[in-house]
Amino acid sequence: MDDIHTPRVQGDLRMHVSMTVNGLLRTLTVEPRMTLLDALRDELAFTGPKKACDRGECGACTVLIEDRRALSCMTLAAMHDGQQITTIEGLERDGQLHPVQQAFIERDGFQCGFCTCGQIMSAVAMIEEAKAGWPSAATTDVTRPFTVADLSAAEIRERMSGNLCRCSCYPNIVDAVAEVTRRS
Amino acid sequence: MHPFTFSRTTDPATAIAAHAQDPYLAFIAGGTDLIGLMKDHAALPERLLDISGLPAMARIEALPDGGLRIGALARMSDVAADVEVRRRFPVIAESLLFAASGQLRNMASMGGNIMQRTRCTYFRDEDDLPCNKRRPGSGCAALYGLNRLHAIFGWSDDCVATNPSDVAVAFAALDANVIVQGPRGERSITFTEFHRLPGNTPERDNVLERGDLIISIEIPPRIEGRASYYLKLRDRQSYEFALVSAAAAVAMDGRRIRSARVAMGGVAHKPWRLTAAEAALPGVSLDDIEALKAAIATSFIDARPLAHNGFKVELGQRVALRALQVAGGRA
Repeated sequence: MDDIHTPRVQGDLRMHVSMTVNGLLRTLTVEPRMTLLDALRDELAFTGPKKACDRGECGACTVLIEDRRALSCMTLAAMHDGQQITTIEGLERDGQLHPVQQAFIERDGFQCGFCTCGQIMSAVAMIEEAKAGWPSAATTDVTRPFTVADLSAAEIRERMSGNLCRCSCYPNIVDAVAEVTRRS
Repeated sequence: MHPFTFSRTTDPATAIAAHAQDPYLAFIAGGTDLIGLMKDHAALPERLLDISGLPAMARIEALPDGGLRIGALARMSDVAADVEVRRRFPVIAESLLFAASGQLRNMASMGGNIMQRTRCTYFRDEDDLPCNKRRPGSGCAALYGLNRLHAIFGWSDDCVATNPSDVAVAFAALDANVIVQGPRGERSITFTEFHRLPGNTPERDNVLERGDLIISIEIPPRIEGRASYYLKLRDRQSYEFALVSAAAAVAMDGRRIRSARVAMGGVAHKPWRLTAAEAALPGVSLDDIEALKAAIATSFIDARPLAHNGFKVELGQRVALRALQVAGGRA
């Protein structure tokens, strides 16, 4: 294979990308190889999404793209021209924390906090997926309709498996998500 | 990542022509595999062409004949959640739900899913260990290396890697068709012929040529479709690639199997169809465990385990058995 140290594509490759991030239209000038995560953190100073594994294995970089949870480390900023991105900085409304944020505090859903922004973004979208009737690998019979009432602890654990927590706060994270679904 | 240019197109003909002419151009849709490969220097395209905006290719259509047409740009999560996919072919929905994570399933396209490359750690290794898939002619580090996760069927001295896709196993069992548009028009590829065995050209995972664009995956109506099940065993319970998996689909006469379709993942360079077992299963009662085991064993006679994956021979047969039992129970 080609030698990676002598790239054949050279010169100024930067391009303009416009995205609505947390409700505000932002235009960036980025190289095509810049991930969405690096663009959010380094160009726009949204440091909620964390760069941990940078390989799509840990979920710390989770954001919402067009209201769906996604890994910002495994996609390029250039692929999201014209789209809406939400980071944890965009969850708060009028000084009020999002119910999932509140539940993580009340249920002690974190220790060191490094994975927490990703956990919360994932949970916010996961609850919407369940409301939309999406089954999961923990669903016994996928041929039946799924409702939020079916969102057991096992369901939550499976649906949140893309977010690792090395402090192992998993039981409290599951409790926090369950609490939000009970209230809603 | 290395430097590359980026452009997008909404015209399939433009995409096909660009890909046919330019060996250093790669299509990108979800990007969840390609970006990982680029980060690991296992793919070094100079130009990326974003095809995620190609029109009408994200549809999931329930066909009047009982079959399905899944657009190549449909996201894994949308296919897994689709009510008709779940009703007609539960094995497809389950194989998708048992793969990756909620985030990745929202990003990954179906066309990209069946194009994803092996998770063999030697192939993905940044230190560039011998790998004929990565650097043809360099050797296979896994053949005498750590090969617990590798193939037991159909491997060659040049490559012992496995295909990582889960839904490909379901598609193989159901004899789906991959609809491809290329420079010379459209063609349909039977799913079991889409992926290749490694032979002495392991750098080629499948039969696609330059300029080929996957349009959709079509699943014909199958009498075995409804009573189908995907069983996946892995080192952790969620968010992990398979050690061994099985897609089973059966049609039943009471408790007796009328016809069965079984394919396995994690055992070969392509989804591995248990053809011999399928021929031996009709007439066997779901309650006759010994007869089921004997039928499945006919497909494992030619298993050739490596130094560290002998367990897959026994595990594979047990996974196939349980998948058949659960599928049959759904009839």
